[in-house]
Amino acid sequence: MTEEILDASGRAKRRAQRIAFFTFTFMSFFVIAILLVILSFIIIRGIPAISWEFLTEMPKDGMTKGGIFPAIIGTLCLVAGSMLFAFPVGVMSAIYINEYAKSSWVKRFIQMMTNNLAGIPSIVFGLFGMALFVNRFGFGDSILAGSLTLGLLALPVVIRTTEEALKSVDDSFRIASIALGASKWQTTSLVVLPIAFPNIITGLILSIGRVSGETAPILFTVAAYFLPKLPSGIFDQVMALPYHLYVISTSGTDLKASREMAYGTALVLIVIVLIVNLLANWLRKYFGNKVKLH
Amino acid sequence: MAEEKEIKKTFKIQTKDLHLHYGDFHALKGINIAIKTNTVTALIGPSGCGKSTYLRVFNRMNDLITGVKIEGSVLVDDVDIYKDKIAIDNLRKNVGMVFQKPNPFPKSIYENVAYGLRVNGINDKNFIDERVERSLKQAALWDEVQDKLKKSAMALSGGQQQRLCIARTLAVEPTVILMDEPASALDPISTAKIEELIHELKQKYTIIIVTHNMQQAGRVSDRTAFFYLGELIEYGNTKEIFTHPKNPRTQNYITGRFG
Repeated sequence: MTEEILDASGRAKRRAQRIAFFTFTFMSFFVIAILLVILSFIIIRGIPAISWEFLTEMPKDGMTKGGIFPAIIGTLCLVAGSMLFAFPVGVMSAIYINEYAKSSWVKRFIQMMTNNLAGIPSIVFGLFGMALFVNRFGFGDSILAGSLTLGLLALPVVIRTTEEALKSVDDSFRIASIALGASKWQTTSLVVLPIAFPNIITGLILSIGRVSGETAPILFTVAAYFLPKLPSGIFDQVMALPYHLYVISTSGTDLKASREMAYGTALVLIVIVLIVNLLANWLRKYFGNKVKLH
Repeated sequence: MAEEKEIKKTFKIQTKDLHLHYGDFHALKGINIAIKTNTVTALIGPSGCGKSTYLRVFNRMNDLITGVKIEGSVLVDDVDIYKDKIAIDNLRKNVGMVFQKPNPFPKSIYENVAYGLRVNGINDKNFIDERVERSLKQAALWDEVQDKLKKSAMALSGGQQQRLCIARTLAVEPTVILMDEPASALDPISTAKIEELIHELKQKYTIIIVTHNMQQAGRVSDRTAFFYLGELIEYGNTKEIFTHPKNPRTQNYITGRFG
């Protein structure tokens, strides 16, 4: 009798297990499928537009012909500029929060503010950037203003991932360093940061992905509708891939004629993000091997 | 006058009526101990008795924990390390520490030993080279690692890592070495090597070691202090403590009736 009950409960348990397992597997494959559909859609539609000319020349004939070279360069400038701002500021804030801030009240306050910053819609960043950098600081529509605005947007991601990276460094390393007479700063810079560095790079990857695709923050701060020349300094305007994509899909001179170019632009944007990610991943592995924990 | 100085000098470390609180918790209750130069003192007692806390008093590592309050006096070389104006980093250089779990930095073997020198402002390469070699020899590790100084310390075995940590401590030339259960994470052969090393190091250093292993305390130490619930129950020559303990609680502990 008891054996029967045990048997039945065993069967029910195994069935529940099978259903749960199947559902989770299905869901994860579903996510992969969506990603593949999007990617292949962009690739199939975009490939015909890709050519050497497309990648290296200025747009022509009301952006229906020619290339997207200035937009590629513009996006690269903005990514680099925003990281130059967000990376040091974010990493230093995270170091303060994790290594220095003594009172948990201060820590919690900063963390709360960082989370709030992450929740602000990107168009609001755009407006704020215009008001502060473009107008108040007088930078005008420029790479500088756009980079700072995008940098603000990336800041919470950088701070949070750096914090996590620092948290994951075992305290025994800090204690060993302090016990040898090292100061807090020596301990942080010589022991903690090198160990955390590979994971800090992850924050960089994530924020680059986010920054390179944003349209709203650059709309009022840097992006040019049509500017067939390369920037010569940080106070110049540039074209940028996401905004260019928006323009030739919605408000170009001849939307139909530039349709193919729009898909080509999307493809280039995705590939750039992919390359940057791979590069950062490789960097992480490279530095990870250098510190090798095990 | 000279005589008085001589007498004073025989005690490397002294604590007088030392009390330590973690917030509301009274962790050490009036500890009086005087430790002679170039001796090994074992601190024994059941978990939570305060022996590790007591050990961390001497290089002020308890400072890292918030809410720690200390009363009484702690003298290292007749200087009160809590009341007199001292540079904490100099204190920690002078009073080195080896931890329970081997914790070499994820750097090369060489850099691990050189680290303490670098953070204390020494950059002369020849000097560091020499000191690294000497420290590794003192820690009985040189023969095993001399060909792979640039290799990661993480590739060493647990016992080698612990000896590397000892070398790292020796490199900054302390006069006192604190050891917090230095062999508890190691296999018997590595443990024997560490104990041998302690014997060697005694010639030049004053060593205080926390251990859970009675035999180890018996083997390596000259003096033993038995702690129980934050109190120093008994302190005396190791031989005597292990053969004729005065206090019944000491007797119970070392014979394994509780622990």
